Amino acid sequence: MHPAPSVIVFTTLSGLGFGLLFWLGLGLPVVTGWAAFFYFALAFGCAVGGLLASTFHLGHPERAWRAFTQWRSSWLSREGICAVASLVVFGLYAIGLVFMGQQWVVLGLLGSVLAIGTVFTTAMIYTQLKTVPRWNTPVTPVLFLTLSLGGGALLAGQGVAALVLLLAAGAAQVVWWMQGDKALPQSGTTLATATGLGSIGKVRSFEPPHTGTNYLLKEFVHVVGRKHSQKLRLVAAVAGYILPILMLLILPFGWFVAALAAVIHALGVAASRWLFFAEAEHVVGLYYGKR
Amino acid sequence: MTTLPESTDKKLGLVIDLDTCVGCHACVISCKGWNTENYGAPLSDQDPYGADPVGTFLNRVHSFEVQPEDKPAQLIHFPKSCLHCDDAPCVTVCPTGASYKRAEDGIVLVNEDSCIGCGLCAWACPYGAREMDGEEKVMKKCTLCVDRIYNENLPEEDRVPSCVRTCPAGARHFGDLGDPNSAVSVLVEERGGIDLMPEQGTKPVNKYLPPRLKDDIFYQAPEPLAPVVAEAKGFVGWLDKMLDKV
Repeated sequence: MHPAPSVIVFTTLSGLGFGLLFWLGLGLPVVTGWAAFFYFALAFGCAVGGLLASTFHLGHPERAWRAFTQWRSSWLSREGICAVASLVVFGLYAIGLVFMGQQWVVLGLLGSVLAIGTVFTTAMIYTQLKTVPRWNTPVTPVLFLTLSLGGGALLAGQGVAALVLLLAAGAAQVVWWMQGDKALPQSGTTLATATGLGSIGKVRSFEPPHTGTNYLLKEFVHVVGRKHSQKLRLVAAVAGYILPILMLLILPFGWFVAALAAVIHALGVAASRWLFFAEAEHVVGLYYGKR
Repeated sequence: MTTLPESTDKKLGLVIDLDTCVGCHACVISCKGWNTENYGAPLSDQDPYGADPVGTFLNRVHSFEVQPEDKPAQLIHFPKSCLHCDDAPCVTVCPTGASYKRAEDGIVLVNEDSCIGCGLCAWACPYGAREMDGEEKVMKKCTLCVDRIYNENLPEEDRVPSCVRTCPAGARHFGDLGDPNSAVSVLVEERGGIDLMPEQGTKPVNKYLPPRLKDDIFYQAPEPLAPVVAEAKGFVGWLDKMLDKV
């Protein structure tokens, strides 16, 4: 799949932003006044910045409001609704904390549920696709949720929670990578089933339908992005998980350590997200003899 | 609404005969022509006369080599367009309701005025049947020539999809696959028509007729010719022996 920078920025930043909002909604920590202002500015900056980035990959962003209508069937529609509802609820919750010094507990809890819902629905947009076997696994939402809540805990200064969640996310990441490398062969979809010609003999793409490229090849068969996948996996593992976990274990926990760990972690997550798209094989590539 | 209809009154679709297709790509060109001049946004090209041309097509013809265990390889031309699936994953993923399947005839269409160009429907389609137009930034797909098949301004013989009307080999058939007595359903029954990627669970309406078995007479290779010179002599013979020893 084509690793569109807008989608990588969106899933990385909004994951962190909604993760931080989740903890703030729980009152971990309870902050008021200027402290609350900075926490919510950071959370909204990440979440809203991510959402804005995601509209850049739309062909017609001016029609984006229509995406709130199909929640009955579409995970993308559900994600849009959860994201906006969560931001509205947290907007009110933040007004209480920043300007009135009031913590409206129920509103915060509701916001936290919606924040988790946003991250879950984002993950389900990818998880639902049978056409991309690497994504089509329950480990995908586990990975998205543990990363979001773990990164959010780092930003919220919740050391113990961050440690536990990042360990869980790291484990999910390793399982996801190992499982993902076998996903396409195990999916049962091959050029033989794609053409229905497998009963005659071994099928091979002899000549593609077009001499140049096309939308399908650019969007779904993005082999260039896989060139450095092993090195990027190392970057993702070290920056996304190992370094932040070691910092939490060894260094005395404070806002500076937490912020530094969060920045390093975010870079690792971005590398992991690049691979999430670049390494994902869409079954349509089989028709072209590619993966 | 992007939920799928419980059932459709008809299942209009195509039957493609892989035994008959000669791989001329005439269906590709007639499709591009008709669908550029009629329903919806035109199918654009970018850099059409330049070094790196790219364009939107609703129908493309692949060519595959199939190598049987003990017979010569076969070359099979393979036209591919939207299969108008009963369980179309491209419809349910659509966040805006632009993508829909018609309850009356089963045709899967895109309402281009509601399409935000997010591309998720193309991600959900295992067949590569949807392409985002590079100019209009909306999703394009086969409409089964919905503007031909019901068009009473056209002579009756033209009220079929453009690709079917054009095919010089008669490899493409159009009809109601929901009616077991229709000509296309009978053809599928007789020839053992197949679904593409049945494991994806999309229940495609379009069927493909596999190539008929070739008569073995074609596989009987001629006897090899007898060698003119049994053994090389002179300098060449000496060289041959020396090289064999090395």
